[in-house]
Amino acid sequence: MSTADSIVSANRLLLRKLLVVSVLMFGFAFALVPFYEKICEVAGLRDIFRSDEVAAKNTQVDMSRSVAVEFDSNTQRLAWTFRPLASGLAAHPGAVMHVEYEVRNTLDRPVTGQAVPSYGPQLAGQYFRKLECFCFQQQTLAPGEVRRMPVVFVIDPNLPKDIGTITLSYTFFEVAGTQKRPG
Amino acid sequence: MSAVLDTHGKAHDGHGDHDDHGHHTPTGFMRWVTTTNHKDIGTMYLWFSFAMFLFGGVMAMVIRAELFQPGMQIVTPEFFNSMTTYHGLIMVFGAIMPAFVGFANWQIPMMIGAPDMAFPRMNNWSFWLLPPAAILLVASFLVPGGGAGVGWTMYAPLTTQMGPGMDLTIFAVHILGMSSIMGSINIITTILNLRAPGMTLMKMPLFVWTWLITAYLLVASMPVLAGAVTMTLTDRHFGTSFFNAAGGGDPVLYQHIFWFFGHPEVYIIAIPAFGVISQVIPAFSRKPLFGYASMVYATSSIAILSFMVWAHHMYVVGMPVAGQLYFMYATMLIAVPTGVKVFNWVATMWKGSLTFETPMLFALGFLFLFTLGGFTGLVLAMTVVDVQLQDTYYVVAHFHYVMVAGALFSAYAGVYFWFPKWTGKMYDETLGKWHFWLSIIFFNLTFFVQHFLGLAGMPRRIPDYSLQFAEFNQISSIGAFGFGISQLLFLYIIIKAIRSGEKAPQLPWDGADTLEWTHLPTPAPYHTFENPPTVK
Repeated sequence: MSTADSIVSANRLLLRKLLVVSVLMFGFAFALVPFYEKICEVAGLRDIFRSDEVAAKNTQVDMSRSVAVEFDSNTQRLAWTFRPLASGLAAHPGAVMHVEYEVRNTLDRPVTGQAVPSYGPQLAGQYFRKLECFCFQQQTLAPGEVRRMPVVFVIDPNLPKDIGTITLSYTFFEVAGTQKRPG
Repeated sequence: MSAVLDTHGKAHDGHGDHDDHGHHTPTGFMRWVTTTNHKDIGTMYLWFSFAMFLFGGVMAMVIRAELFQPGMQIVTPEFFNSMTTYHGLIMVFGAIMPAFVGFANWQIPMMIGAPDMAFPRMNNWSFWLLPPAAILLVASFLVPGGGAGVGWTMYAPLTTQMGPGMDLTIFAVHILGMSSIMGSINIITTILNLRAPGMTLMKMPLFVWTWLITAYLLVASMPVLAGAVTMTLTDRHFGTSFFNAAGGGDPVLYQHIFWFFGHPEVYIIAIPAFGVISQVIPAFSRKPLFGYASMVYATSSIAILSFMVWAHHMYVVGMPVAGQLYFMYATMLIAVPTGVKVFNWVATMWKGSLTFETPMLFALGFLFLFTLGGFTGLVLAMTVVDVQLQDTYYVVAHFHYVMVAGALFSAYAGVYFWFPKWTGKMYDETLGKWHFWLSIIFFNLTFFVQHFLGLAGMPRRIPDYSLQFAEFNQISSIGAFGFGISQLLFLYIIIKAIRSGEKAPQLPWDGADTLEWTHLPTPAPYHTFENPPTVK
């Protein structure tokens, strides 16, 4: 009987230990809640603004040099006056720059025009990143209307070192087929 | 109570062979309700799991019938969702797990030379908690809003928005969890404390080893699931915000907690299946198991690793790349011990005197198809691939290869293997072979094509699909109907064998050499090993 008793008490001891383990594991499920919060905090998973900060950091402004940007404006067989408000500026590569152009329709009818950019030197075009430009859309002006239009751009910091000056030139063309013909 | 019974059982040893305990005098239904005999309880577990298997199988038939053609034909989308949910829950918690607990009840005491389980009364409770859980699951279809259509994984936030059917499901999971934990404690205690003299741990049959490891997994992981569904419950009714983002919670947290349970759960299902296969293959190869010690260590490694890989189920929740890499490599690491096991089984057969009776056929089917399911598991372990395959039919095909061809086929192997020992009758070998070949052909017809569906992008758990998936779905549905009907053949085989089967010889399988075959008559009497055998 004594061996039977000892087995019984050994069984009960093991039962108690295993019950404690299961209760602890039940608690472990709840312990995962603060643990998960902490992991999210450390890994920054909850920081929904973080991706913007990263993007901002990646825009490295190269303060060691500045590039002269000259603005030019032309029209091609179109009776608009078209000019930049500033003839030029100095830009650090990587910095976001903002300029405005002014256009006036001198005709007595509505006219739709499209501006086409070109760069001097031509190589600079691929480093000239326009974020916003009136040349992205056609512009329709009422008779005599005056409009100021923005260009927002960044010069890529990878711009070759030997380019010190970039000329940005816009030419406005009338968009064919938009003119209302009499009759 | 268990103490009294144990003392009683031990006292009985001294008196010899009279067999008139007070606790099995009731007859009929009450005999089964009040029984504390491990064989009775094992039998009830097996019948219960088979009933649940048929019930969950009918749900699979509904799913495949709806998917037979594109468009909505038979059921509403809500009902379809609850079909996929309860098919998964019932097959995992109602069919496969109780089936292997049934094997554990029948086999572990007989294999280690113990008179019964350590806590017979608790054993009775473990079983009788199952029917109420099953009733709760069925009842959830009858409440307003119908059954929970949330998937067997019960992800928040869907669970926090479901109707009262969800509450019944949560309670059912609680009860099933309690039953599993009680069963596991019983199994661990039995194995650690009630082995016959001389039966050292490293002499135990591998089936006993696998159940020891599985029981530890259950004790450690089931309470975590209980915690997860409890949080869901309090989120639903008591104003907490564990998973409610509006209250500062996080639905992704649920996935972490669930899969911390869920991945060990996968091995809770697979490891006892490994144990059955490790008994069947040596018996029909007439050779001892190759690499016994490495099998034990491999199984233990799989169990330990299973707690460290859970997030490979959730690569797409937006975890850091470092996390994805860790979980990818840790998951792939599991292929090493699993490979050790597969090679050991193959090496056991090498130069063996093989015969191919039904249990061996199912074991070989297991070996072939489980390995295939393991390979697709490796494919899914790769984060970059998984991002494409997450929640497609490729995943469905993968886990049915390891659950059906893995766990279910090994359970069939075990039933055919031990049936003579349990009942003293032989099943019809010809019909058994028919059952195997129909099962394996229809199984592959059903699930192999689902790999292609998944690779082509068909999402799982959706009642409709675009037209280009129609042919493969039709093939899959035909396979599923065939597979379903083939399982009724199994029921017929078993009933026929019990009613009119030939008398089984004392040792129906030449190579079987564990205690229940060598030391006990066939069929095993109601009480066995009241005097423990001595193992050399």
